[in-house]
Amino acid sequence: MGSVGAKEVPVLLTADGRRIDGRRLDELRPIRIQAGALHQADGSAFVEWGANKVMAAVYGPREVHPRHLQQNNKAVIQCRYNMAAFSVDERKRPGLDRRSQEISKVIGEAFESVVFAEEFPRTSIDVYIEVLQANAGTRCAGVVAASVALADAGIPMVDLLPSVAVGKIGGAIALDLKKEEDNFGEADLPMALVPQSGRLVLLQMEGHMTEAELAQALDLGVKGCRSIHETMKQALRDRYSVAPLAGGSA
Amino acid sequence: MSGEVSAEIRTSHILDLAADGKRLDGRGPDEYRKITVEPGFVVTADGSALVRIGDTAVLAGIKLEPGKPFADTPNAGVLTTNAELIPLSNPTFEPGPPQPGAIEVSRVVDRAIRAAETIDLTRLCVTPGEKSWVCYTDIHVLDHSGNLIDAALLAAVSALAHATMPAKRFGIAEADYPLEVQHVPIECTFVRLGDAIVVDPTFDEERAAQGRITIATDETGRVVAMQKGLIGAFSPDDVKGVVRRAFVHGDRLRGLATGGAR
Repeated sequence: MGSVGAKEVPVLLTADGRRIDGRRLDELRPIRIQAGALHQADGSAFVEWGANKVMAAVYGPREVHPRHLQQNNKAVIQCRYNMAAFSVDERKRPGLDRRSQEISKVIGEAFESVVFAEEFPRTSIDVYIEVLQANAGTRCAGVVAASVALADAGIPMVDLLPSVAVGKIGGAIALDLKKEEDNFGEADLPMALVPQSGRLVLLQMEGHMTEAELAQALDLGVKGCRSIHETMKQALRDRYSVAPLAGGSA
Repeated sequence: MSGEVSAEIRTSHILDLAADGKRLDGRGPDEYRKITVEPGFVVTADGSALVRIGDTAVLAGIKLEPGKPFADTPNAGVLTTNAELIPLSNPTFEPGPPQPGAIEVSRVVDRAIRAAETIDLTRLCVTPGEKSWVCYTDIHVLDHSGNLIDAALLAAVSALAHATMPAKRFGIAEADYPLEVQHVPIECTFVRLGDAIVVDPTFDEERAAQGRITIATDETGRVVAMQKGLIGAFSPDDVKGVVRRAFVHGDRLRGLATGGAR
């Protein structure tokens, strides 16, 4: 989108259904998740997803700053999604722009929908997401990283929160857009799924889709989220599983 | 505080009613409050509209000025949308820099206007790479009684549809001419109240809501923007259901946005 007067549009989808990087329409980019990537944070995770590199840290439950945000019956979840100045082709001015503030809001609300915040009244759970290298789908990579970081911090939640964007390229619905597909595609629909309930707690969309395409996109996104959910669980198992004791019996 | 206690009582009452398919103001789950659109409310603006949805009042004003196109879009004009939730409109708003709520309203409205290609931006170009029109849409929330997003987009689109290009004033053309609107996006917002999903929430219903979802559609049958907000969740089937409802409402509300436009 935003392609008014833009340069040449690349071929996003070949006749035999292959994308720029050779993926099929329902294929994810490779995802690597490392739980517990930082030492100072109470929980953390590093996600490499295609050419995205995103770090997330969780602090808390701890004292609320600023004080007036404190709630007597539950923890507040304060989320900050930020992009490093060097994370995009053209240097981004440091600090939270309006896009980052909106994304921080919807991601924070998504986590408030799954965290048992009432267990920690008068505290804050601070979720920090730093995009170090961006290649489309950074908010989804941020949700995945932050979700694993929350689990790493031992925060009780209904479930992990897998997230992915579905889009439309060359007239077809496609999973997990990369940068060129996002820039020149016809729609972008990021979502986050609560696997246990099958419900979405983050959902945005921009572009053009018919009602039927939208239904198809939702179904494809849910499928993608379920696959990412497995990768997230594996990352936590990798961090916390211990080798069985030698000679121990089952 | 007594305010908090009465709000909690009200919330539980709203949820109890919703379980029986009822609402505090007697509306059905799929019923909007009364909507009025008053284009040309502010004559100092190049286009304006005051929209009321029930007790909610939102004023949008357009200002058009010559400026410079962005380097990566030399043949297009510039569109900016800003929303202010001023302290006049609700006891919970404080003065200061825009809060996340205001930023969300302006970004969700902006997204719908942009994605629907409401304005053909190439027609705002004067000299490629050098000079183009900048179209500022400023949204002032006057009375926040719920469902700001729908009211804000309706006001913005109506203001655009009734706007005049001040070409004579800036020496760009011999005479002023109307700004052309090619598509009309309409946003419909729903909130979850228990198992019910109701359209056009009031302020109290938003406070009681377990999730909010906005769907923007245009007259060509396209969904052009969506936004889920607040704490809560929707199943894919819930989303498909509200998309269908948004198309029906959109077709009805579109005439209000353009009504009386040249």
